[in-house]
Amino acid sequence: MSEIVKVSIDGIPVEVAPGTTILNAARQIGGDVVPPAMCYYSKLEGSGGKCRTCLVKVSKGSEKDPRPMPKLVASCRTTVMDGMEVQNITSPEVIEARKGIVEMLLINHPLDCPVCDQAGECSLQDLAYEHGAAKTRYEFERRKFERVDIGDKIQLHMTRCILCYRCVFVADQITDHRIHGILNRGDHSEISTYIHQAVDNDFSGNVIDVCPVGALTDKTFRFKNRVWFTKPVEAHRDCDKCCGKVTLWYKGEDVLRVTGRKDAYGEVEEFICNTCRFEQKKTADWVIEGPRNVSNDSVISSNHYGSLNLPPVVKKNLALQESNKEQLERFTRL
Amino acid sequence: MGRKLLLEHINVPNINTFDVYRSKGGYAAVEKALKTLSPEDIVEEVKKSGLRGRGGAGFPTGMKWSFLAKPEGKPRYLVCNADESEPGTFKDRFLMTKIPHLLIEGMIIGSFALGAKTSYIYVRGEMMPQIRILEKAIAEARNAGFLGKNILGTGYDLELYVQPGGGAYICGEETALIESLEGKRGNPRIKPPFPAIAGLWGCPTVVNNVESIAAVVPIIRDGGEEYAKIGVGRSTGTKLISASGNLVKPGIYEIELGVPVEEFIYSDEYCGGIANGKRLKAVVAGGSSVPILPANLINKTINQEARLMTYESLSDGGFATGSMMGSGGFIAFDEDQCIVRNTWNFARFYHHESCGQCSPCREGTGWMEKVLHRLEYGHGKLSDIDLLVDVSRKIEGNTICPLGDAAAWPVASAIRHFRDEFEWHVTEPKFCLQRNYGLAHYADPLPKPEPVAV
Repeated sequence: MSEIVKVSIDGIPVEVAPGTTILNAARQIGGDVVPPAMCYYSKLEGSGGKCRTCLVKVSKGSEKDPRPMPKLVASCRTTVMDGMEVQNITSPEVIEARKGIVEMLLINHPLDCPVCDQAGECSLQDLAYEHGAAKTRYEFERRKFERVDIGDKIQLHMTRCILCYRCVFVADQITDHRIHGILNRGDHSEISTYIHQAVDNDFSGNVIDVCPVGALTDKTFRFKNRVWFTKPVEAHRDCDKCCGKVTLWYKGEDVLRVTGRKDAYGEVEEFICNTCRFEQKKTADWVIEGPRNVSNDSVISSNHYGSLNLPPVVKKNLALQESNKEQLERFTRL
Repeated sequence: MGRKLLLEHINVPNINTFDVYRSKGGYAAVEKALKTLSPEDIVEEVKKSGLRGRGGAGFPTGMKWSFLAKPEGKPRYLVCNADESEPGTFKDRFLMTKIPHLLIEGMIIGSFALGAKTSYIYVRGEMMPQIRILEKAIAEARNAGFLGKNILGTGYDLELYVQPGGGAYICGEETALIESLEGKRGNPRIKPPFPAIAGLWGCPTVVNNVESIAAVVPIIRDGGEEYAKIGVGRSTGTKLISASGNLVKPGIYEIELGVPVEEFIYSDEYCGGIANGKRLKAVVAGGSSVPILPANLINKTINQEARLMTYESLSDGGFATGSMMGSGGFIAFDEDQCIVRNTWNFARFYHHESCGQCSPCREGTGWMEKVLHRLEYGHGKLSDIDLLVDVSRKIEGNTICPLGDAAAWPVASAIRHFRDEFEWHVTEPKFCLQRNYGLAHYADPLPKPEPVAV
């Protein structure tokens, strides 16, 4: 097999290493052709394939075998072949299937975003905003669970869970003995720890970061603030357990919470330890690096950093641009 | 009377014991295979026989065996899928209860052909008596030197184990079965890699249905070509059909593939017609997961040809007017049965058995069940029918394993063929609780298809 595999995704050619998945090839292109992923997490071995939001159509299998694949495939678990042609947003079939899956994910979701701590940085919220219907067709009672504390710092609210299994993989891959998993099956399956044991590990807090929805929340941050009112700042400290590189979320002078640094796909760059996450909540504990760059699309960036989006009226009117000159320059500098 | 290959000696007293089975010519195929044939010859013989997987999908067994990867230094496994739990299918349980040595003989031949030194029979957890029967039969075979070290002095070793399942329908899916066999939660794996490359404990594995493995015995005994003479076209050999429902004589029948469906239902040799002199309304031809067909489409295809009990003929017309052979669970419904209730019952089963791993199946099966429940009890709306079709279409093909398809097909097909009955449940909510829709026009002869304008 050659060193480089050529594939095209929505007609955009890209060269990747053999063994890359379609999703990762699409991420190398970036932009709109990247399929959404709710369960895949590149740092977790064995994750992916479950939520089915990343389904794509393979219209040409490979150079050797040009037959299309009979079904839509999960792009996070399908490796590319040389000459493969993939359709994501150019295929109406894929868009239709994705809409269906978003609807399925939402039928048992409580939609309690107004009181959910994850709101504003929730993958399901973004996904539903992009692909979901305005109104549900589900007319039955949604499933409900009691809230459970997993350890003294993490709360599990199973009602919101979309069963992506990411936290199961985190717990499996960081602890020696398995205590965190799925109980029951079908739509009453439930993430749980075996007989209410606590997940007791220095890195257990990462289940909060990997959770794409608000099912696992930080008890030290619960109901403290909305994420878009807090200001993310990059900071680091010398930590003997982890890399110590984190994002601090400020409200005024106070650090309200500490998380890992999440990239454009909501994945943390490096896992951080519980000491950094839960104990170190004073500015004096950290070396501040600077403001975190938050994507323009995110609600968190509103009123904070990034470039100033000029109101259309200012763009047209030179006089208005002149009068706002000082402010404009400040944003250009930032 | 058609030829019997699997159930030939089924009525011999004590055929479940080794001595009686041996006296009826049992284990001759093992002797022939181990002493005169090479593993490749056996695979070739099975390929020649045209045997197709009896578990549901109908994939040629010989092909499946030849796809098995054979890397150096890695063990290979043969696993028998005896997790039979499809509503309407009960042939494997019968086979294991009555004639367990046939399965064990097939397992020895299959394991030899694949080069497996350890093989497993994964039996559904609820079938405790069958597990005991199999274990007793394995002990007898071991005493007689057909299992263990150096079988029949040929130097071939084989250990055969029976593994009880935890009682989940999903464990009949081959990768979920492998997960369960490894001691994990029975969730289907994401394919590829296929079990033929990385299956049980990451080693190449073949998973076959009980009946497929049992059918290897007559193939080796009489030769693949002899076996291929039975049947029609690419559907060769005999098949066990579990007939149930409103039939005069429900039960297990071994048929030569190619028997007309009409003959199978009405002939005294087989089911003997519909019970209590009623009329046939609908048939589920291959276990609960295949599309249901109304009486007028099951006896004749859309082109007015007689429908035969073969893989091809049953699926003639695709999903629009056809069904599937499936695992051979033949369920007949008479005119007093309610299709909506039956569809709800199937949907309830799939809702209960969905593993909950991937979202469309986990959420969609529950949704369909709730809507169907509402329709059945007269609280439905006309839009519910289209909603069901839409939900089933969004599940179908978008899931990890075929359970999603299996849950979607019965619902979609019932609405396709019995839409009037669903609508009647909405428009006459009072009557639908008191009586059934009846036969209506479902048995009327189909109009001749109009010639396509050229």
